[in-house]
Amino acid sequence: MSVILPILISFLTGIATLLFRDRRPIQRALSVLGAAALLAAGLTLLAVVWREGVQRLEVGNWPAPFGIVLSADLFSAIMVVLTGLVGLTVAIYSLGSIDPDRERFGFHPLLHILLMGVCGAFLTADLFNLYVWFEVMLIASFVLMTLGGERAQLEGGIKYVTLNLMASALFLVGVGILYGITGALNMADIAQRLAEVKQPGLVLAVAFLFLVAFGIKAAVFPLFFWLPASYHTPPVPVTALFSGLLTKVGVYALVRVFTLLFAQEGEFIPPVLLTIAGLTMVTGVLGAVAQTEMRRLLSFHIISQIGYLLMGLGLRTPLALAGTIFFMAHVILAKTALFLVSGIVHRLRGTYDLKKLGGLYRTQPVLTVLFLLPALSLAGLPPLSGFFAKLALVQAGLEAGQFAIVAVALGVSMLTLFSMMKIWNEAFWKPSGESMTTVSSCPTTLWLPLGLLAALTVALGLAAGPLFALSLQAAEQLK
Amino acid sequence: METVLAFVIGGLYAAGLYMLMRRSLVKLVIGLALLGQATNLLIFTLGRLTRGRPPLISPDAATLVGPYADPVPQALILTAIVIGFGVHAFTIILVKRAYQMVGSDDLDDFRTTDG
Repeated sequence: MSVILPILISFLTGIATLLFRDRRPIQRALSVLGAAALLAAGLTLLAVVWREGVQRLEVGNWPAPFGIVLSADLFSAIMVVLTGLVGLTVAIYSLGSIDPDRERFGFHPLLHILLMGVCGAFLTADLFNLYVWFEVMLIASFVLMTLGGERAQLEGGIKYVTLNLMASALFLVGVGILYGITGALNMADIAQRLAEVKQPGLVLAVAFLFLVAFGIKAAVFPLFFWLPASYHTPPVPVTALFSGLLTKVGVYALVRVFTLLFAQEGEFIPPVLLTIAGLTMVTGVLGAVAQTEMRRLLSFHIISQIGYLLMGLGLRTPLALAGTIFFMAHVILAKTALFLVSGIVHRLRGTYDLKKLGGLYRTQPVLTVLFLLPALSLAGLPPLSGFFAKLALVQAGLEAGQFAIVAVALGVSMLTLFSMMKIWNEAFWKPSGESMTTVSSCPTTLWLPLGLLAALTVALGLAAGPLFALSLQAAEQLK
Repeated sequence: METVLAFVIGGLYAAGLYMLMRRSLVKLVIGLALLGQATNLLIFTLGRLTRGRPPLISPDAATLVGPYADPVPQALILTAIVIGFGVHAFTIILVKRAYQMVGSDDLDDFRTTDG
């Protein structure tokens, strides 16, 4: 029962917020309550999975492998908890920053339908069902991205929609071929039958179809160009939500598929994954260094961090996978926090342009701290969460003898620090630029979620021991 | 029959990708639709083509005997068609709004958000 609860809660909240769309206060309260309930359901699920092991639910009581099975192992449960966290912070943040028009045209229902799609993708054990949840998530994200109909949003939206639809088509082809050669859709079932299939070429081709399909969704090199062209166009809560969750669902699907279905394509896939990981890190961070618009800079950063997540998958030892899972938690929290910072900066100074910003350090000490915590964490400074995440990945890389990827990861860390210092120098440290409309205060609804995320980033670093043990256990279950 | 369908599917993919790579917004939508249809046909073909053998257990037997038309791929395609319908409807409206906003259906005029 606890498996389906996150999906149900988001679904019901989506409907409830739609019904109350003419009564703004009730709708907003419902939206936040629903997101909080989702987080609570996620934590309950994690506790249950931790105590009793993998939870399964056969939907409609159709026995596996004929029916659709929802299942939650530790990895899924951790991801659902993170979804709840991002959902809650974005829901609170949107109260103070989404304009009434967007609220009236369905921001809150779409937010929760998106969360439902994300939770569904994390919890399903059926490959075709995964496609359906992907589509649920995508259609909600399409509308969220273009809601408001500004020119930049529509332009970015077209690129986003086109590339994601292509990825979905490729994913569906992969599912179809797998069904054709194994006659199964349940992932565990496919994995068993794939071991007996005597067509290694065909299986490898399907593996690459999945790699490209999820690679587009996860924005890996060289398939990431839609991301920096579109992610900075919608309002900040939407960008924060997307950056926190959507590409991560792509990475989650890659991890699932390549640890469960294609685990035996041992000699061919890992080098490809590692190469892609390294190139993703480097191109992402170089793109970030070249930007002067805060949201674009952060968008390129998303790509760079995806590289680290893939690195763990490419190494494929339990330590490396644990590193990926821990890094996932770290990057979701830190990245969402940084986008929320960019929103507050825009609220205070009326611009995202680093050249026009400045002097925030003197006038906004709290914001400065709340920026530095996730920023330094992303760069990997101890004792923040990013340090331990990277430490695990680097350690795993050294153990596996993959020195090239370790060198790239460390070098990219330096560049990450450099690009974060660029924001610091331009927006916070240098004397105030020539802008602008200066507002001195923001509503609490903007500060609260940012404070929460920054505190969690610190907590993730301070409690790295037990949390990493949890990640290790989750990684062991993936094997 | 499989051979014919294989060529049809390949033709649809080629046409779809060709349309996607044109600069016109309308052709972009048509290309996406063609890709979706090609995928549906591919799944249909991969489910093995069986004629005149519905997956029904006859009254005097306990299980299905002999080859039968697999209903699962058809269910998958049905789901994919419904999803594709919604997504394409959205895309067409999006393209129309973008055309009205930008005043052009040439994708080269849609570069203001590129990094």
